[in-house]
Amino acid sequence: MSDRMLTMAEAVREAMSIAFDERPEVFLLGEDVGIYGGAFGVSGDMYHRYGSERVLDTPIAELGIVGAAVGAALSGMRPIVEIQFSDFTAQAMDQIANQAAKIHFMLGGALHVPMVLRTPQGSGTGAAAQHSQNLEPWFASVPGLKVVVPSNPADAKGLLLASIDDPNPVIFLEHKLLYKIPGRDPVPEGAERIPLGVAKVVREGKDLTIVATGIMVNKSYEVCEKLAAEGISITLIDPRTISPLDMQPVYESVEKTGRLMVVQEGPAHAGFINEVIAQMAGSSSFGSLIAPIKRLAGMNIPIPYAPQLEKAAVPQIEDIEAAAREIVKNWR
Amino acid sequence: MSANPLLMGHPLASTENARHALLYMCRIRKFEEAVEDLFGRGMMHGTMHLSIGQEASPTGMCMALTIQDQITSTHRGHGHCIAKGADLTRMIAELLGKEIGYCGGRGGSMHIADVETGNLGANGVVGGGIPIAAGAALASKMMKKGTVAVSFFGDGAMNEGAFHEAANLAAIWKLPMILFCENNKYGMSSSTEKAFAIDNLADRGKGYGIPGVNVNGNDVVEVYEAAQIAVDRARKGEGPTLIVAETYRWKGHSRSDKNLYRTKEEIEEWRLLDPIPKFIARAIKQKKLTQEQCDGIQQEATDAIVAAVNEAVKAKAADPAGLLDAVFKKVSA
Ligand SMILES: Cc1ncc(C[n+]2csc(CCOP(=O)(O)OP(=O)(O)O)c2C)c(N)n1
Ligand SMILES: [Mg+2]
Repeated sequence: MSDRMLTMAEAVREAMSIAFDERPEVFLLGEDVGIYGGAFGVSGDMYHRYGSERVLDTPIAELGIVGAAVGAALSGMRPIVEIQFSDFTAQAMDQIANQAAKIHFMLGGALHVPMVLRTPQGSGTGAAAQHSQNLEPWFASVPGLKVVVPSNPADAKGLLLASIDDPNPVIFLEHKLLYKIPGRDPVPEGAERIPLGVAKVVREGKDLTIVATGIMVNKSYEVCEKLAAEGISITLIDPRTISPLDMQPVYESVEKTGRLMVVQEGPAHAGFINEVIAQMAGSSSFGSLIAPIKRLAGMNIPIPYAPQLEKAAVPQIEDIEAAAREIVKNWR
Repeated sequence: MSANPLLMGHPLASTENARHALLYMCRIRKFEEAVEDLFGRGMMHGTMHLSIGQEASPTGMCMALTIQDQITSTHRGHGHCIAKGADLTRMIAELLGKEIGYCGGRGGSMHIADVETGNLGANGVVGGGIPIAAGAALASKMMKKGTVAVSFFGDGAMNEGAFHEAANLAAIWKLPMILFCENNKYGMSSSTEKAFAIDNLADRGKGYGIPGVNVNGNDVVEVYEAAQIAVDRARKGEGPTLIVAETYRWKGHSRSDKNLYRTKEEIEEWRLLDPIPKFIARAIKQKKLTQEQCDGIQQEATDAIVAAVNEAVKAKAADPAGLLDAVFKKVSA
């Protein structure tokens, strides 16, 4: 069927359901994932379909929840933990960064942690500074974590299935603003996996390469469409997993376009996207650049509440458009 | 009108006190109703956590405090803020993203703080304020300020590590602190039956070697009486108290709640235990207020909220221009 235009919430639920059906050791735990169906409705009816033994409502205790997932994971289960907002992974950071990420390496490979931590991130909901962060660099900077940032429902499904298969801890960062909107592409039926560590070339062009993560892929896509009408053609690359990071398509594209712009939602300072710039700078494709690399990122501030302030804090479509136009026009 | 909710004392001690108790409970109620209305009309963005039904708890607690005493609050914090004496216009203005709002539009409902009335801030993180209140109490002790710090939090927060660590610190250091739990029976969709293996949350006090007391959180008098004992104990240097106020939130957790985890009957039962008419009846019976006075006080609360909304709506929207300069306090030369 080609008309399966699911939302990201539906696609994630479908992937979890497939994994639940495939393996009895997969289970979901988190705050309000049961009867409530998840704060953002992602687990939906799973509590009714799989029961309270496999869809575990927990008290508000992020450190305990993630720790329990780590312990269960290294003892034969395959937990999916939902943390209600990515901001509250801060509570659980010991178990994420000190325990889950290090156990396999530190213990000489004696144990491993097949756990997926799913959590909504990002701004745009008016929930202010403690409910709106983009924490991609927190996780990407910890060796031992794989970090997935899906930008659309179809990818979310395939990537989540691969994440659940993965014998290592995977942090799966879902953008809240994408939960309720259908993607551009239908979501395939079946249980096909999308391997972690493979970037996606979303569209191809010859004037500019844009690398963007999460919701910024969607915003950039709109810009690509708009500028295509003006004769500016853009390659858009979605890394999909930011750890490990697949730079090959970026190099190949920059060799053709000679211009690179990177876009992320989180603050510019020490942001993940800087890694793309750094790897580019050290590569043999660097010489193909005819323009300075353009970086668009959030302001170095906590996310503010008022809509007019919140908008100013992260790149908007108009900002991406203006920057793309400028780099193409100014560097020939 | 009592502009200053300072050390009011017992809600039935005098006509003035009874008036204060009723006025502040009504202000909270009307404020919350106004928030719901602003939301419904699309004038406010983000989310909202209403404390309708819980008004007696912050009101009773704060009547035992001075303006210098400090509080930390929660995502459901409008009541705490109002009970401690915050300005209604600046509160509404914050919700509307205005420059004159308490946080200049940067924080919104979940982050209102009012230093002048000792409110160290609402909090978006469940349990986040509890250790902070312990720290405020520590500073009070070290600096011999004589103030107490009250942390308001919900039943759900009691299962966060932050609660445990802060309660123990406060206990071993005998801090002038009150751990005030508003047990409204749910943390979002998690009932206390599901989230706890004990029936009485106040039993947790024992585990820290501090008193744990239960009060009817819908009875402003009972709340005040327990609060006063805890405040006296704290000021005397005898350490913290855990107060568990039994109450109920009438409205959904936030705007997206479908109430699937509780019954209509349960909500109805608790609506009958409305703290406001309960107090009115008592105040009239004890001849502290007349029905006429009570009607007048309720009207006064409504008028105050209407005036605050009108003024806030007219205020200037917060300007993004200053954001980058707002992150750090300037280092003084
Ligand atoms: C650390 C953390 N975890 C989860 C949440 C999401 N959340 C916000 S309020 C809430 C329920 C809190 O319950 P309780 O402490 O009883 O307070 P109430 O909402 O009942 O006033 C949850 C789970 C959060 N804000 N912070
Ligand atoms: Mg509660």
